[in-house]
Amino acid sequence: MAFAAFSGGSEKSEYKVPRKNSTKVALALLLPGMIYLALFFITPLVSLVATSLEVPDASGEIGRYQYGFEIGNYWYVIQTYWPHIARSFVYALAATILSLLISYPLAYFIGVRARKWPLIQKLALALVIAPFFISFLLRTFAWKQLFSNESWIVTTLQSLHILAPDQYLVGTDFMVIFGLTYNFIPFMTLPLYTALERLDLRLLEAGSDLYATPAKVFRKVTLPITMPGIISGTLMTFIPIAGDYINASRDFLGSSGTQMIGNVVETNFLRINDYPSASALSVLLMAAILGLVVFYVRRSGTEDLL
Amino acid sequence: MRYSLGRAALPVYAVLALVYLLIPIVYTFIFSFNNTFKSNITWRGFTFNNWLTVCEEQGVCEAFGNSILIGVTSTIVATALGTAIAIALVRYEFKFRSAVSLLLFLPMATPEIVLGAGLASQFFNIGAEKGIGTVIIAHVMFCLSFVVVTVKARVSSLDPALEEAGSDLYASPSHVFWKITFPLLMPGIMSAALLSFALSFDDFIITNFNAGPTSTFPKFVYTAASKGIPAAANVVGSAVFLVAILIVVGVQIRSTIKERRLRAVK
Amino acid sequence: MATDFVARGSDLDLVGIRKEFPGFTALDHLDLHIPAGEFFALLGPSGCGKTTTLRLVAGLEEPTTGKILIGGKDVTASKPHERPVNTVFQSYALFPHMSVLENVAFGLRQRKIEDPLKRAEEALALVQLGHLAQRRPQQLSGGQQQRVALARALVNRPSLLLLDEPLGALDLKLRREMQIELKAIQMEVGLTFLHVTHDQEEAMDMADTVAVMNKGHIEQMGAPEALYDRPHTVFVAKFLGQSNLFIGDVAETSANSLSIEVAGYKISVPKDRAEKHTGKIAIGVRPEKADLHQQKPAPSSSENLIGPGEVLDIRFTGVSNQFLVEIPNIGLVTVFEQNEGNSTVALGDQVYVSWKVDHSFGLADLPDSVEE
Repeated sequence: MAFAAFSGGSEKSEYKVPRKNSTKVALALLLPGMIYLALFFITPLVSLVATSLEVPDASGEIGRYQYGFEIGNYWYVIQTYWPHIARSFVYALAATILSLLISYPLAYFIGVRARKWPLIQKLALALVIAPFFISFLLRTFAWKQLFSNESWIVTTLQSLHILAPDQYLVGTDFMVIFGLTYNFIPFMTLPLYTALERLDLRLLEAGSDLYATPAKVFRKVTLPITMPGIISGTLMTFIPIAGDYINASRDFLGSSGTQMIGNVVETNFLRINDYPSASALSVLLMAAILGLVVFYVRRSGTEDLL
Repeated sequence: MRYSLGRAALPVYAVLALVYLLIPIVYTFIFSFNNTFKSNITWRGFTFNNWLTVCEEQGVCEAFGNSILIGVTSTIVATALGTAIAIALVRYEFKFRSAVSLLLFLPMATPEIVLGAGLASQFFNIGAEKGIGTVIIAHVMFCLSFVVVTVKARVSSLDPALEEAGSDLYASPSHVFWKITFPLLMPGIMSAALLSFALSFDDFIITNFNAGPTSTFPKFVYTAASKGIPAAANVVGSAVFLVAILIVVGVQIRSTIKERRLRAVK
Repeated sequence: MATDFVARGSDLDLVGIRKEFPGFTALDHLDLHIPAGEFFALLGPSGCGKTTTLRLVAGLEEPTTGKILIGGKDVTASKPHERPVNTVFQSYALFPHMSVLENVAFGLRQRKIEDPLKRAEEALALVQLGHLAQRRPQQLSGGQQQRVALARALVNRPSLLLLDEPLGALDLKLRREMQIELKAIQMEVGLTFLHVTHDQEEAMDMADTVAVMNKGHIEQMGAPEALYDRPHTVFVAKFLGQSNLFIGDVAETSANSLSIEVAGYKISVPKDRAEKHTGKIAIGVRPEKADLHQQKPAPSSSENLIGPGEVLDIRFTGVSNQFLVEIPNIGLVTVFEQNEGNSTVALGDQVYVSWKVDHSFGLADLPDSVEE
């Protein structure tokens, strides 16, 4: 399957041919999709910002709001939910770093070492993608069962006194970060693999020929060359993790002490109908992510985005 | 000795990492054969019953059917819109190119929760009834960019001289598209469609915000999670996994055979 | 069977063509007439505008200004599929999802011509590939693909066949074979061929007329022999084969010839072989037209003579020996001598260089390095 979306670097056309200069055809091809995105991507974002500034309407009924320009909503959500906001970013950072550490050697094996054995390379790649084919929720729930309070993992850890007799795993920060890391590893491994698979091994040979130790070759040659893969991999894991709420949910790996921005948005929006605060939180999350994206765009240019 | 140990470390690590990735899949698969009583938490013995009576579990098959319907519909729409954009991006010169690129990139870079809440607030503000329709609208939106990226890679690798040769050989622009461009883009379009279907079928967050009372398979699993997920969900999940693996393996085998045949003749 | 493909080609006229791309002008006021049935080559380095010219004729690009006429009919506004022109692409552009036979039949099917498969088979037989009709293009060798591309174009009996460096991807030996074959097919079917190439040997070998292009315009056009014998510009003198150039002011003019003075030597050229008769001009001679002398020969009014100079380098190429002679105050002069096994000139020898005045040619311009 194509996961070019996550690939590092840019996909340049192999053919140098002047692009056709027919504005009419180009518009006919572009407009339907662009209008669609304007209607169902841009407008909703505007709508979200509008909702985030709403105030309760005169009737005072729950779930009824009217247009206002209540910037105070933002102060309110920051004051009320700052632990959730901080937790989201700490979790996302931790899980992103962990998946980078787990993925890089794996991607290096598949993309560089396994070149000699195409069959193993293909098989390993298929196994990395395999989790995509089974429901995200089922996978997460499976971990919950494997680490449940009665599971042999927990009882073993307790008997080894790593965990106290009344200490469990499900519901802890550790468990949520574990789940987030697990679920987003493929999003990290694939762009890393794409970058490493293109790595010209002669460069490494040239490096060691010029008296660099293996560690130095890695730091001075391999790492900089695969940097685009690292950047797009971290972006592709950090963004969805920061907005996730399945892993941290009480019904899955979390507890009331692990709630993230996503959990608050879900509760406020879908359960207690507090639309303005849910929207304000979403807008804050989006703004933070946009900051990251701008950083990325600065580094690589817009044409490289797709 | 130290050297050979170093050589072996990486493959061993890779095997361990892959096993780690597969544990939940294997778990889900095994527990689809659990002879459950009330809950599907502890192993109580092997049975095929869950597979044979999967639709007797309330709501599973309805949710699964909805997911298929939503997946197929949004895949068709997203693939058509995305393919057109991909062709325009590679083959045509137009103004605002970077604006278009940005507009396509942003949905991929936006957390699902923001996409979901945004659409939900828009549907709420205009008073639209949530249901299958709103879910399809949402799914087309977030699949579109992925389709563009996938098909674009294929268009870029297509020699433009092939299309020029077509028009040089008296084919009108529409004939060139349907007889040459389209068949040659087909592998890219197919993988974009598969990706799009997979994304739609497995989506929970955006769906949860925009489905209203409509159930989908991930929504079913989420709702069931608080009281324990029934084995029927494991059955559906495992079956989908097996079908997907079969498709991927089939495609691989086909392309390998094709390659072999080409090489054999040469 | 091949007679089925005999068709009279059409004239091609390009009138005042200008083609601008964003940021540069590819063609600047190009006028060109190619008579029906001729094998015409556009020769030039990459970026000279030759491929753009071909794409304009095919209809794949639109000229910024100017007109294109095929057989006297203005086709400037016609789309590629409406033009009676077919192209053999540089990459062959064979459709990978169709068999060889279907590739060849494609144009016939588009024009709804009867019996497309039978005609396609005949065209494949013409290029001796009848036995590979059911293969996929990817299963053929480069030379075979090239022939399929040729058959796919010829089967439509176009008024004009465009060849875009069709031999560029082949190795040298196959290339020479295909040149002979292509020329034979052109003679057989009698079509107008417009062949674009950067290979001067290929152009000289195959074409009736060669147009040398440089920087978006035609420098010189004519039969290959004439172009080689009497280049008009520095570019042509250097691009087609090698030339020794001498630059000086015209010092003497007689009824039939003129002479320049360079470093005390008098170098003459017949008036009718010189583009410019006054001021500072460049006079050239081909290396194989010059002779080496170990003793100073007797001066003659029909010979140019320079020297003595030192032999700096001798290169043995088999057919000829190539000498590099440094003449004081003039510079390096190249001389080719047929390898007849009797050369006694050695490295470091002092030699004289002479050639017939009738072999000199006078150019219209000066090398870039020389100021007027």
